[in-house]
Order: sequence, then C-alpha cells, then structure tokens
Amino acid sequence: MVTTSDYRVKGTTGEWEVVIGLEVHAQVTSNAKLFSGAATAFGAEPNTQVSLVDAAMPGMLPVPNRECIRQAVRTGMAIDAAINRWSQFDRKNYFYADLPQGYQISQLYHPLVGEGHLDVVPDDKDPGTTKRIGVERIHVEQDAGKLMHDQHPTRSYVDLNRSGVALMEIVSRPDMASPAEAGAYLTKLRSILRYVGSCDGNMDQGSMRADVNVSVRKPGPITKEHPLGTRTETKNVNSIRFVMQAIEHEAKRQVAVLEEGGRIVQETRLFDPDRGVTRSMRSKEDAQDYRYFPDPDLLPLELDEAFLDECRASLPELPDAKRVRYEAAGVTPYNAGVLTAEVETARWFDALLTAGAPAGPASNWVTGELFGALNRLGLGIGDSPVTPPCAAELLALVADGTLSGSLAKQVFEVMLDTGEAPGAIVEARGLKQTSDTGAIEAVIAEVLAKNPGQLEQYRAGKVALFGFFVGQTMKAMGGKANPGVVNDLLKQALG
Amino acid sequence: MTDLTDLGIAAIRDGVRAGSFSAREVADAFITKVSRAKALNAFLVETPDHALAAAKSADDARAAGEALKPLAGVPIGMKDLFCTAGVATTAASHILEGFVPPYESTVSQKLWDAGAGMLGKLNMDQFAMGSSNETSAFGDVISPWRRADGSNAALAPGGSSGGSSAAVAARLCAGATGTDTGGSIRQPAAFTGISGIKPTYGRCSRWGTIAFASSLDQAGPIARDVRDCAIMLAAMAGYDAKDATSLKLDVPAWEAGLNPSMAGKRVGIPREYRVDGGPAEIDALWQQGIDWLRDAGAEIVEVSLPHTKYALPAYYIIAPAEASSNLARYDGVRYGLRDLPEGAGLQDMYAATRADGFGAEVKRRIMIGTYVLSAGFYDAYYTQAQKVRTLIARDFEAAWEKCDVLLTPTAPSAAFALGEKSADPLAMYLNDVFTVPSSLAGLPAMSVPGGVDAAGLPLGLQIIGRALDEQGVLNAGLALEQRAGFTARPEAWW
Amino acid sequence: MPVDIPTVKRIASLARLAITDEEAGRLAPELDNLMSWIEQLGEVDTSGVEPMTTVIPNQLRLRDDVVDADPLTGGGIRDRLMANAPQGEHGFFTVPKVIE
Ligand SMILES: [Mg+2]
Ligand SMILES: [Zn+2]
Repeated sequence: MVTTSDYRVKGTTGEWEVVIGLEVHAQVTSNAKLFSGAATAFGAEPNTQVSLVDAAMPGMLPVPNRECIRQAVRTGMAIDAAINRWSQFDRKNYFYADLPQGYQISQLYHPLVGEGHLDVVPDDKDPGTTKRIGVERIHVEQDAGKLMHDQHPTRSYVDLNRSGVALMEIVSRPDMASPAEAGAYLTKLRSILRYVGSCDGNMDQGSMRADVNVSVRKPGPITKEHPLGTRTETKNVNSIRFVMQAIEHEAKRQVAVLEEGGRIVQETRLFDPDRGVTRSMRSKEDAQDYRYFPDPDLLPLELDEAFLDECRASLPELPDAKRVRYEAAGVTPYNAGVLTAEVETARWFDALLTAGAPAGPASNWVTGELFGALNRLGLGIGDSPVTPPCAAELLALVADGTLSGSLAKQVFEVMLDTGEAPGAIVEARGLKQTSDTGAIEAVIAEVLAKNPGQLEQYRAGKVALFGFFVGQTMKAMGGKANPGVVNDLLKQALG
Repeated sequence: MTDLTDLGIAAIRDGVRAGSFSAREVADAFITKVSRAKALNAFLVETPDHALAAAKSADDARAAGEALKPLAGVPIGMKDLFCTAGVATTAASHILEGFVPPYESTVSQKLWDAGAGMLGKLNMDQFAMGSSNETSAFGDVISPWRRADGSNAALAPGGSSGGSSAAVAARLCAGATGTDTGGSIRQPAAFTGISGIKPTYGRCSRWGTIAFASSLDQAGPIARDVRDCAIMLAAMAGYDAKDATSLKLDVPAWEAGLNPSMAGKRVGIPREYRVDGGPAEIDALWQQGIDWLRDAGAEIVEVSLPHTKYALPAYYIIAPAEASSNLARYDGVRYGLRDLPEGAGLQDMYAATRADGFGAEVKRRIMIGTYVLSAGFYDAYYTQAQKVRTLIARDFEAAWEKCDVLLTPTAPSAAFALGEKSADPLAMYLNDVFTVPSSLAGLPAMSVPGGVDAAGLPLGLQIIGRALDEQGVLNAGLALEQRAGFTARPEAWW
Repeated sequence: MPVDIPTVKRIASLARLAITDEEAGRLAPELDNLMSWIEQLGEVDTSGVEPMTTVIPNQLRLRDDVVDADPLTGGGIRDRLMANAPQGEHGFFTVPKVIE
C-alpha cells in the first residue's frame, strides 16, 4: 500500500529526488479570538474586530478560548495523533508592525498535539494506492494582523482584525516526494479539517496557508554520508496549485544551483503566483532569534478526561471510514473516493442513502447526473435544488419501472428547475412509463400500418430495422412506454 | 478639631459612618495637603474631582440613610502602574507620556466600587523597576523622612512604590495602592515607617496593571497600619476572569479575622537571612521582633531556607526575561511615544522610540532579559533560574512543616540617600535580598515598622506566610505593631 | 562568557534599542559584571528538578467562545482603541512604509 514516489528532477548530472515538508496554518473555526472576545468574521471594516487585548494595550492579559483548544484536539484525534494532556503556551518574540505584543503566543516546547499521520492518494486514477504522511505536531497560536503597502506613498497601513485569531500550525514530516504528493496531502488535510469542522479550509480567504519546505538530493537511502539537502522555506502559499508550482520551481532552482557548483542557503522565500517562481525574502538585519519562553501570563494547559471524551465523541465519521463503508455497500473505489473527498458531498450522499437509495446506482447517479447538472448550473452540492429525499424518490421511480431512463432525465430537469418532488412531477405532467400491453399493441399496429415498406424489408431479412420500429413506437408513445415491453410485443408482432 | 489627614482608613471609614465628619471634609483636607506637597514629587497627576465625586457619593448615601460601602469617604492614591480610565497613566515612563487609558484596571475599579476616591496618580520607579524611585522619568520622589543628624540629605522613599510610600507616610492620602514584584511594596513601606502587604500571587487581578514581570507582579496596599492594610486589601483582591492567573477564591474577611494573639503559633527564623557585615541595628531589631512575637505567645523555631542565596540571581534572570518581552509592546505604533528619525524605516523607528522612551534602568533590564533568553543561553540561564525557583519554593514548603509564619527584616538597611546607590546597579539590587525569595514563591508577605535606627529612620520587619494565609501574616504583623508601638513620623518640611 | 561590546550591540539590536558606541562601551562592563554575579546560579545542582511553571497551584481556566461577552475584552471599540495612536488614518494605524 505504501509507495515511494518516482518523481525526479532531471538535471545535467542526472536525476534528483525532492524532499518536501509542509507547515500548514489553519484558522480555527471559532466565534471569538484565541485570547480575547473580539469577533473573527472575515472582511470586517479595519480595526473593528480588535479588543484592547489584541492591540496589546498596557496591562492587557490573554485568556484562552475553550473552543479553539477543543477544535485543535479534535483535529489531532482525526489524524490519529497523540493528544498532550499537559501543554504550554510560549512566547515567540520579534518586532513587526502586524504583531502588537512584540511576541506571538504559540507553542514550541510542549505542543497540544503530538505525532499523527494522514493517508493520502497521490494519484486520482489509482485510488487503491495510498501513501502515509507523518504529522509531527499540531500547536495552537495567534495569527498576526495585516499590513497594506499600497494605500499611501510613504506609509503602510495596519489592520489588527486578524490579530489574535486562533491558528493551528500543522507540521508534517518531510515525507512527501513530489508536487502531486504535496497536493494530495493538502487536499486530504483540508478535507479532514472540513469534516471535523475545525477550519473552513478557504485558502483564498487565508484560512489555510502553507509554508513549503523543500530540499533536493541525489536518489538513495538517507545515510550519514548521503544526508538530506539544505532546505528552503517558502512562506504563506495560499492555494494547493501554488504549493505544487512552488515545489516544482524551487526543486528545479535548487538543482540548477547545485549543478553549477553553488550551495543552497537555508532561507525564507516567497512565492510569486504571477510568475510561478519563488524568490528570496529581503534578509533580516539580524538572524532570527525568537527567544521563546513559556508565557508567564498563562498557566500550563491541562486537559481532563471528560474534555477529551467530549472531543472524541463529537468527531464525525471521517473520509477513510466512509470510503470503506461505501465500498462495502457496492460503490466503486473511484466513486467512493469522489464522494468522500468533500464533506458536503459525503453528507449529501449519506442523506440520499438514509432516504433509502441503493448505494451503487445512487453513487453513479450522483457522480454522473447530479454533478453534471450542478456543474452546468455552477452550483455547489450544498445549493442543489434537488434534495436527497427527492433524489431517492427519483431513483426509486426508475428502479420500479415507473420511469424509463429518458423519462427520468426529463423529470430531473423539472426537479432542477422547480425543486418539486419527482412523484408530483410525474403525476402533474403524465410522464409515467406505461407497460399497458393493450395500449402498446395498438400503437405497434399503427406503426406497422404506417410503414409498409420497412415492414417488407424487415420481413425480407433486414433485421436491423427492428430498432427503427422500437424508435417509432416509443416516439408515438411520447417516450412513456416501457422499453422492455415494447421490445417483447414488437418481436411478437413482427413474427 | 483633629486634622483629618492624621486619620487612617479605618478611622475615616468609621467617622464618616458615624457622622463625626463628612467625606467632603476628609477629601478637602487631603486635597489641600496634596496640593501643598509638590516638594515630595509623590504625585504625577492630581485628581481632586475624582476624590470629591467619591466623597459626594458617600455623603449622599449617608444622607439618604443607605448603607455605606466599605471604603466610603476614604481618599487614596493610585500608583501610576494601574491604568485609570480617562486619567493619564505612564508607569513613570517617557514612552507612555500622554497615554490616557480608555479602560480601568480591575484593582482600581474594585476600589472605586468599594467607595474609595482617587487623589491622584503616584510617582514610582519607571515600569516598577527600581528600589529607590530614582528611575522615574518625572523625577525622584523625595522621602518625607530626614535623618536626625540635621543633614538635609534627600532620602529614597524606597521603590518601586515610592510615591505610594512617601504619600502615605506624609499623610497625603489615607492609603495607597502599590505593586510588588520583588519587594516593591514592602521595602518602601519599611523605608517610610508604614505598613504594606503583598498578597499571595493571584489574589489581586493583574488586568489593567502595566506588567513588569508577569509571574511575580502582585498588587497590594500601602497604609498606616495593619488594620488599614487588611481593609484595603479586601477591596483590591478577588477573582477576575480576565486574568488567567487569578485565583478563583472568595476574599476572606481579613479585618474581622484580625487577632494579635500568637498563642499556639510557631514563628520561623530563617538562618540564611543573617547577613555578615550588615548593620547591627537590623539584627537588633530582628531580635526585638522575635521577642515581641514570643511575648505574643508564639513559639520561636530556627528554620533553614538553603537556597536563599540564589534567590536574587534567579530573580534577576526571571524578572528581566519577562520584562524584556512584556515591554516589547511599547513600539510607537498604537499608543505612546513615537520617535521617527528622518528617513527611518519601521525597525529604525522601533529602535529610536524605545531608546528615547525607556530610562536607563529599564533598558538595562531589557538588555539582561534579552540576553538570557537569546539563542544558546536560554537553558543555562532561564531554565536554570526556574529550576532554582522550584527549589526556593520547596525550601519554604519544608519550613512550613516547622512553623506557621517567618519573621525577617524587610530590608538590609534603613533608607539611603538619593544618588547613593544609583551608580551601582548591583548594590541597588541587593536591597531586595530579603523580599525577593517570597516573591519567587508567590507567598504573602508584609512589612510593618519596628523601630528607628540611630539616625531616627524607620526600620521594617517582614512577615512571610503560607500561600493564601494573608490572615496569619496580618495577625503576626498586628502582634508586632502592638508591641512596637511605633509612633515616629516625619516632621513636615515640604 | 564575557559580555563584550559586539554582544551588547547584538542584544540591543535584538531588543530594538538604538545604542551609541559610547553607550555600548559603558554598558558592556556593567552587564558583564551583572552577568558574572548571576552566573553563580550555575553552582546549584538542579538535576531532576522541574522548572517552575505555576507559582501557586492553580488551573488554567478556559473562556467560552462568545463574541464581546465582556466589553473590556471585546471588539467594536475602534475609536477608543485608536485614541492614543501617534498616527493613523481611515481606521488604520500607520507606520513607515515597510518594503517586503
Ligand atoms: Mg513556519
Ligand atoms: Zn506558526
């Protein structure tokens, strides 16, 4: 089940492998900030969601928000991580205009969540092959404020609305070896965060962003003589596609530098999405020395069994478990992967199953008909005009022969338009499929009478014309005849 | 008629309740005193309107037959470390000059809720860093005391709550708030012949009090006597959800619990507090204190606090480390001073603002704190200091097996002259040698005046108690107070 | 380790305290003296001793996730928040332009 990547960067001196680790900052879904009661909503007027605490006014003190701790613990549990019942907040000291306290409250020495892992599918077309990516830790910390540089010729503007919002920093092991694996890891991580409800995963709003650590080395086992290469860290990349581009560019850049006899400097870089390249950040005048020490305004964070029990009990069924369940119920591995990738899809599909739809046909219908229609309409599954109970009813009408495939398509279009239930649509528009043999026989007789030439050719041995008679009969019946019955009766009538 | 400013908190409270005088008369008397005491430089801001408004509330309540609040009609001084809404608060620093907080500290709010009125904001050592009140950006506080030798040398009122001690000793206010990080309530109280108590860490909320060293800072009262301390501390203390280190406990009825009998109590005398070559008067007073407590019924036991010697160096790692981080917020962006040299970028602005806005002692401690936390030094200094702190706390735990309270001198000497130690930081730091260990352990401790030295200057005795046993500390203090009969007070020269 | 002038300058820069050569020259021996006094802490055998994390036995209490539950620690106070700002406009604090 575990694979090693065969992704290689081709240089002039041969092939290079890439070693990737990701530090993901995920904004914790909460109403209030990590250490103050100010709101966290996105897009507010500048500095309107800032408390005295967030602005680091003299004498202000932090008090932690239970929900932020709870969400980080639940996230840890969702990736099978060790939860540390005793953790501590540390101060990371540095000066910047978006950091009012002059330090970020974070966790270095004793993080809330320890070792865990994620199983990812690096290749969509090969859903059976997974790779396990280690997660070293998850810690909780404050976000910084926002600086704007383009509002004024000589000044930068400071908005502290984000200042103090809770983040989870999810630190992976350097276990990824290709842009695709990094992309799969981020996709899976985002999916889990959304399942758990601990982060909305909206990278375009900055709720999830990644620091990308990349190094390159000649292929081969890691040994003392053949260690990992020096890595660079590309900060705050805010889309999965950009992360993959940044890795690709950075790996190639490093290979070029090394092959020209240069050295890689351990440094912080930025990704330029317009040009698809990384570039070195203006180096800080003094080497970073964050002077971490335990925050003396906060006591150690000790979690009791009841708290952990609640966290565990409130976890939803996670994508891997769902996938296994769907497959057992007759869903193909591919469909199971598609249906579980996003929590909203999985919730919708679960509701469909609850409404009585059979898993196999239902999964085909959702990934085919429904996704196609929603795509066409530009809607997410959460906004689907067709509800799971209505969809279950539609599938049932097909299964019991009330609707033919083509009738079902007609009914589905009406459902998309009006949101009405399929049974009501069938009744009101008379779209029911008929198996009434008398009615069908009468129509067949008419069709044969109207097409004597074709009848003669058929009887002369041109059996391919059978389809023509089926089509004519169905057409005359407005598509409502049961195709199986039409076939049988036509065979009889044609002798 | 008696001078109302001669009265302490209890006497004013009782007199206003009984109608012996009005709160307005009390406020007027103190306001006048304050306005005439500029030479002491104890007040940075005078707020007579605040005191008068509180007095009016007290008088109106009495006229309406309502029950009076615990501190109704009592005018106090507020150390400038407490943020007061609408009243300039600077921590005696240039970097906060002109800062007017839009919020009220929990401790000051509690005092106003209890009916107290504010006469003004009291001078102090800048950001509470100092033991002599010489580090204020707004000039030294001059102690109201003078040596009896006829010299007019200006003396230190102690620090960092030097404005508080000077104002209370000079009868400019009935009581004052202080804060104590390593002795900043007790040492100034000792230097000026009055009382002060630092409660257990976590009793008083730190919310709205400008931070020096978060794991050590505690607010407490400075007042004329033990009873006044008990009354005022009860108004200041109490759980606050806004401070994560606040203790969720009811405030005991300390005043009602006052009892000067030491019968059945054991008083520990820590042998490591004997300093070779210290002034004989300090030793003599200590012995006197031992005798007084024995006389009050206590059993005296010798105890050992073996890590005492290391308390001061541990303190001078932990406090500056916390301070270097706590003071990072003074950067000229959101409030306070901004110094922007021509063409300066953001980081240059920080460096210029902070160099200009902080005084020499504050910068010295920021430097020490930054150094001990910097890469490669953290474990050797900070972690080691916190381990030593654990050992110091264990020393006290072991002592509590043998005794109920500890008796020590408060400071190694009487008040020194301004300028006498300011050139030698280490000599200044050594002044806190007796007060720092209990601060590191978060224990309640108080200073009460015991006597005077040959120059007629007051000397203090310190009582240290178990965590949460402020009552035991106050009671031992009361036993000393009753036997010491300390009545010396500074002659008004200002 | 002696505290020399380059160390003083490095620390001052880390602490964002502008410092002249003359000040650094004066501070170096002073800090060196203090640090050598502090270094006596190294004598103490602290093996097996945990660093203090809680001065007085107490539990870290967690707050409920409610916006502006206490106006003293809530948002929506921009005017009061910015009343002391040395510089600001359009609801932003402003600083000398930062080039990233
Ligand atoms: Mg990072
Ligand atoms: Zn981070």
